[in-house]
Amino acid sequence: MNCWLKLIKPGDALLALTVGIACGLAFPTLWQGGLGERVVIRQGGRLLTELNLQTRHTLQVEGPLGITVIVVEPGRARVLSDPGPRQYCVLQGWLYRPGEIAICAPNQVSLAITGRARTYDSLSY
Amino acid sequence: MTHSVIEIRISEEDRRIARLAAAAVGLSLVDAAIPTPLPGVKPGLANIITLYVLACHGWQTAAWVSGLRVVVGALLLGHFLAPAFFLSLAGAVVSLAVLALAIHLPKTWFGPVSWSILAALSHIGGQLFLARLWLIPHNGIFLLAPILAATALFFGTMNGLITARLLYEREP
Repeated sequence: MNCWLKLIKPGDALLALTVGIACGLAFPTLWQGGLGERVVIRQGGRLLTELNLQTRHTLQVEGPLGITVIVVEPGRARVLSDPGPRQYCVLQGWLYRPGEIAICAPNQVSLAITGRARTYDSLSY
Repeated sequence: MTHSVIEIRISEEDRRIARLAAAAVGLSLVDAAIPTPLPGVKPGLANIITLYVLACHGWQTAAWVSGLRVVVGALLLGHFLAPAFFLSLAGAVVSLAVLALAIHLPKTWFGPVSWSILAALSHIGGQLFLARLWLIPHNGIFLLAPILAATALFFGTMNGLITARLLYEREP
């Protein structure tokens, strides 16, 4: 181990550290697309309400099956309960980042986080 | 049997380039056999040879060895003139350009590990830019940059250490 360490010169270690820090910083800036700022709630395809992701709200949205309960907290939002049979949108838990969306299809309710800039729906290669 | 009128003079330099290029091709075949989670993530073992040649025989020989490795490696792997060949070529050209500058870094501070990290980063940088310009004309490809840079840092350090060790054992 010691004989490997002495092959590293001071500049090498400094360079590796700099590149490592740059990589670490690149992950959040490139991957987050900024922070989630607003939450958009739709029912039956039309915009129901658009809230700031800074204050607490509890919303009850009425759909064809019953009431979907949505909770908004500073920096995050989730579907708390839904009358749908499979509960996918509830199981998704908290949403934080722009572009994340929970869709309760049976009750026709969707909850989406948006950021400052509009990001892509999807990317394919 | 007729004697050929063409006589190719083979210098000691040619033999050396051929020998080292063969080693590099062998390592790039090993590289290709290692399964990777993401295209572009590769150990780049053949760069050990390039760096070693750079340190012992200079940039020009390193460029020959690297160029031969790209072409012969592509022929053996069956992607000569396919997109993978041009990506490999772009990576080699950019990293050789960066290495030409990197060897002038002060020797007391920077060794083969620095060269290797810089070469690995510029290799992946050249490939990303060619891929962006030609294969995937969408900026979404740059989302891969942090992962690719992090793996370049890791494998660059490993290859640099191996090169430094080889050079150290050659003349302690």
